Amino acid sequence: MTQWLKRFYFLLIGLFLSLPLIVVAGVSVNAKQILAFPPQGFSLSWYGEIFANPEWRSALIASVVLATTSAALAVLIALPLSWFLWRRIAPWANIFQVLGIAPFTLPPVITALGLLTFWATTGFYGQPWTAVIGHAIFFVTLPLVTLSLGFSAIDRSFVEAAATMGANDRTIFRTVVLPLILPYLVSGYAFAFVLSLNEYIVAYMTVGFTLETLPIKIFNALRYGYTPTMASVTILFVFTAAVIFSLVAKFGDLPKLLGAMASDDS
Amino acid sequence: MKREPPQSVADYGPLFFPAGMLLIFFVVPFGTMIAVSFFQRQEGGFYTPAFVFSNYERFLSAFFGGVLGFSLMLAVTVAICCVVLALPFTYLLSRLSRRLQVIWLVGLLSVLSLSEVIIGFAWSTLLSRTAGLSNLLVKIGLLDQPIALFPSFGAVLTGMVYQALPYTILVLYPAIVRLDPTLMEAARTLGSSPMRAFFNVLVPALRNTIMATLIMVFIFALGSYLLPQILGRPQHWTLSVLITDQAIYQSNMPFAAAMAVFLVLVTLGLVALTLLIGRKGEKA
Repeated sequence: MTQWLKRFYFLLIGLFLSLPLIVVAGVSVNAKQILAFPPQGFSLSWYGEIFANPEWRSALIASVVLATTSAALAVLIALPLSWFLWRRIAPWANIFQVLGIAPFTLPPVITALGLLTFWATTGFYGQPWTAVIGHAIFFVTLPLVTLSLGFSAIDRSFVEAAATMGANDRTIFRTVVLPLILPYLVSGYAFAFVLSLNEYIVAYMTVGFTLETLPIKIFNALRYGYTPTMASVTILFVFTAAVIFSLVAKFGDLPKLLGAMASDDS
Repeated sequence: MKREPPQSVADYGPLFFPAGMLLIFFVVPFGTMIAVSFFQRQEGGFYTPAFVFSNYERFLSAFFGGVLGFSLMLAVTVAICCVVLALPFTYLLSRLSRRLQVIWLVGLLSVLSLSEVIIGFAWSTLLSRTAGLSNLLVKIGLLDQPIALFPSFGAVLTGMVYQALPYTILVLYPAIVRLDPTLMEAARTLGSSPMRAFFNVLVPALRNTIMATLIMVFIFALGSYLLPQILGRPQHWTLSVLITDQAIYQSNMPFAAAMAVFLVLVTLGLVALTLLIGRKGEKA
């Protein structure tokens, strides 16, 4: 009886979370340009459209370039900071950890508006690179949290042994620390990458009028009605996220990563 | 190597780049936004430096009071729905085998990372007249003809619960995983039914976690900026939607900034409350 009830509850939540995506997946294979479910006919042409239609293709390229570079910048900010916090006793420096987590904790519209006023005041409003910096700051939390977890897992005696043998900070970092935290670095990058790919408001408020990323493109298209390409892009996004998180789970310890993330947040 | 305080300027080296980036691109923009909130708006969308409170005075209108009240009410409802759904789910999840847990976590993360644009589009499809749930209800015979289930308050609420549920589960997950399993075993051995053990042992043991999670989900829901716009009518717009609307479409940056500052204050107050609850929890 209770076993049955448990299964039912899992099914219910699973259905709630997947139902919109199932319908969108169905809609995305309609043969004609109609919004119908169950699909009428079967065609994968709307997936081809993402790459064939110049507008969707340039949005796809913009999104991928933005996600790749901003996630890299987020890691470049997070890595030296978490290394410093682990290596040195400097309690006041924790303020930068808080500053790194703040943009992610506050409602996103605040970070977006702050950046909008900032770029408008400095005269760089609309430049594509401003979105890269915006996303890097917005998502720096993710590598910051995974990396602090990675550093806390390092056995300090390894580092001490290296120091005793005469290695300096730079050598220690390259030969001992970096290999140990690499999995955390990669998962931090992966989290920032996927979220940047999906991010709308910060991108919209910084470069919305000069550059279309995929979420901006979907939203703009949504205001003029429905095109099936939105559905195929949605499924492409879900699929990408699922693949990337599966890889993180395969090569890392997902329960441990998430256990730490939430406890750092709260 | 022991942790030691930095001795020379060179020891601070690693801090320069991250600190500079965060100060220039987060603290300064934040300050700019606060400054703009006191600026004077000019006709045509520009604004000039000034120190006026007129942007804040607009808060005192009945319209703004209505939006604020609705935003808070909506966020509270979303937070309660999410925690009620997520609590038993997360508990059951933590009892699954590790392999199954990882599969669920991957799925939850994938939904959590979805853009609000995509969530809004997916739900508007699911609730639409031509492709939506109502077709299913027609087939069962509950409805005569398919209808559109949005825009409506129910659609906004459902969309926002959908968005916040994976977040809620992932916030509860670490606390529930770390919970001492013997607690529930003891309750069961003493003859309590699973339901009773859940409500009389698990829920009280997690009281502080539940309170903190409610506040975190509340803040998360306050941040939702598109779903009320896509799935609701103008009367369902929240503070976040209004800020975006004022900044982009009405070109009234000073007013948008003033509302954003207000939203920050509400959020910070709640974060402080969460920390306070957390501290109490540690003592207990």
